[in-house]
Amino acid sequence: MSVLVYTDLHDGKASKGSLEALSYASKMNAGDVVAFCHGTLNGDGGMGAFGAAKVLHNATENLDAGQIAKLVTDAAAQTGADVVVFSHDNSGKAVAPRVAVRMNAGIVAGAISLPDTSAGYVVRKSVFSGKAMADVSLKTGKKVISIVPNSFGLHRTDGTASVETFNGDAGSSSVKVRSFKPTSTDGAVPLPEADIVVSAGRGMKGPENWGPVEELASIFGAATACSRPVADIGWRPHHEHVGQTGIAIRPTLYFAIGISGAIQHLAGVNGSKVIVVINKDPEAPFFKAADYGIVGDAFEVLPKLIEAAKSFKSH
Amino acid sequence: MIKEIESSKNQLFQKNVRNIMRAYEIELNFRANLSGQKWLSLQARIKYKNMKILVCISKAPDTTSRIAFTDNNTKFDENGVQYIVNPYDEWYALVKGIELKEALGGNVTTITVGGADNEPIIRKALAIGADDAVRVDLETGDSFVVASQIAAYAKDQGFDLILCGKETINYNSSLVGGMVAEMLNMPYLSLATSLTMEGSTAIVEREVQGGMEVLEVTGPFVLSAAKGLAEQRIPNMRGIMAARTKPLNVIAAVSVDQTAEIVSYTLPAPKGACKYVDADHPEELIRLLHEDAKVI
Ligand SMILES: Cc1cc2nc3c(=O)[nH]c(=O)nc-3n(C[C@H](O)[C@H](O)[C@H](O)COP(=O)(O)OP(=O)(O)OC[C@H]3O[C@@H](n4cnc5c(N)ncnc54)[C@H](O)[C@@H]3O)c2cc1C
Repeated sequence: MSVLVYTDLHDGKASKGSLEALSYASKMNAGDVVAFCHGTLNGDGGMGAFGAAKVLHNATENLDAGQIAKLVTDAAAQTGADVVVFSHDNSGKAVAPRVAVRMNAGIVAGAISLPDTSAGYVVRKSVFSGKAMADVSLKTGKKVISIVPNSFGLHRTDGTASVETFNGDAGSSSVKVRSFKPTSTDGAVPLPEADIVVSAGRGMKGPENWGPVEELASIFGAATACSRPVADIGWRPHHEHVGQTGIAIRPTLYFAIGISGAIQHLAGVNGSKVIVVINKDPEAPFFKAADYGIVGDAFEVLPKLIEAAKSFKSH
Repeated sequence: MIKEIESSKNQLFQKNVRNIMRAYEIELNFRANLSGQKWLSLQARIKYKNMKILVCISKAPDTTSRIAFTDNNTKFDENGVQYIVNPYDEWYALVKGIELKEALGGNVTTITVGGADNEPIIRKALAIGADDAVRVDLETGDSFVVASQIAAYAKDQGFDLILCGKETINYNSSLVGGMVAEMLNMPYLSLATSLTMEGSTAIVEREVQGGMEVLEVTGPFVLSAAKGLAEQRIPNMRGIMAARTKPLNVIAAVSVDQTAEIVSYTLPAPKGACKYVDADHPEELIRLLHEDAKVI
């Protein structure tokens, strides 16, 4: 028995979301954890340390989602895996639905818990953009689960994985890659995977005032985010927009600066472990969803907070 | 023989292209300020004429809806809930389909899997500019059942493009597009933020792990729409009037078994009270985050 995990490589190493998927698979206690990856791999890609016993590696660089799905399905058949695990990230969203169809497997997309096998096979997932959770029962013999980034955490096992070449037939594709633009050049963590997120809204008054927001983020190695109107008016890029119609995130710490806390914004961030709100309006609805709050003008609070954060980090 | 027909067809096509190009050059003399965009759209018109587009439309509770459950937490409480077109379907997928039709000619059909209570949101999609609509008469099942219905309908219709939103705001699964693509053996371009046609090639920009990817694809494909793909459109009075008489065809569902089922819902535990820190002493916040919450 084994569980297959689809892992995504960046600079030869498995992404954080992939390592989380491996951690999840090894906690399932459903047999050996086998990773499938493609592209350039360094060593075992850091995957043995997070529970992979074996890494199946296909060296082809650019594969379309349809081709990856074919290889993953073949790898599952070859290893006898009845369950395939993905991260519910941009890669997982492209590949997992195809794999489910190919394998005739039921799928839980956006899982936030381990399967409960006490009665059937039930996995909890996030629904209504984080406003509720649903227990989903899978009725098929084969299963696909994709887990929400940051919902499960990383669990080191400090093992090592053997690496095996996997030369399946990926078939052809009518899709060609023209180019790739990284969203950040300095290797910062992508927003959905970030542990700490510093987010700001219309209260910042203009894009020229984002300096302190970015500075606070860089002190904590955090990703930056924003409210929807801020992205809509072009102060910040669309990929920073969080909320019901942006991306949903679950960092351990979320700073909301000059954001009112509209229901649509809260929907995307209320899975955060700890929320800090900085707003000059004591009646701002966000304080109701906050763990810690500062009522004050962001332009006065931020410089002091940055000083305090710097001195904390230097100790 | 077939080869000869193909080659003469090809020659005719080439000649046609040259003629159009010449006509275009003449027009160019009249419009010294012609933009590159226009040139591209003319080129595209040569090959991507009369695109047949299918847009998947789903209903979702209004974003301000109270989320609650009934029947021992097994059913979503629809009491007082207003339904809207799922924002990703409406704002980006549908509008992109309409934009392509406006630029290249063609037809936009919407498809919705669900009961008659979906008709108001279907009429809204028609008011925004879809030409006709299909409703597969089935009280919605899981993503697999929904995708199976869409694939069964689309299979023999020769769509050039199938568009759907990147996810619904009620289930957030992001599955239907990818499943339809697999069932129809088509490429699936997920989380697309831009789509343009260059001749017979579609250029798609999409969100991938760690960045944005630019892809080109030929032939029919399925695309899921993310923010940026198009700009939301508000239906006008004329659109709303026209929508009343546009065809809405109700078809029977194909029989497929559900693979997943929601057995119960839970609401997240309520937050404790907010701890306030004095604005003049943010160092106290840092201390609390470190010692109390232990998150830094
Ligand atoms: C269908 C739909 C979907 C939506 N989806 C999303 C979504 O996904 N994400 C999202 O974010 N929104 C979404 N919205 C919009 C949402 O309703 C709010 O309008 C939006 O979140 C408000 O953004 P904001 O808090 O930045 O701006 P505002 O509401 O204008 O709030 C600005 C806040 O900054 C505070 N402020 C002002 N100056 C200062 C200062 N100097 N110092 C400190 N604080 C200050 C103010 O007190 C106020 O609370 C959606 C809306 C709809 C209808």
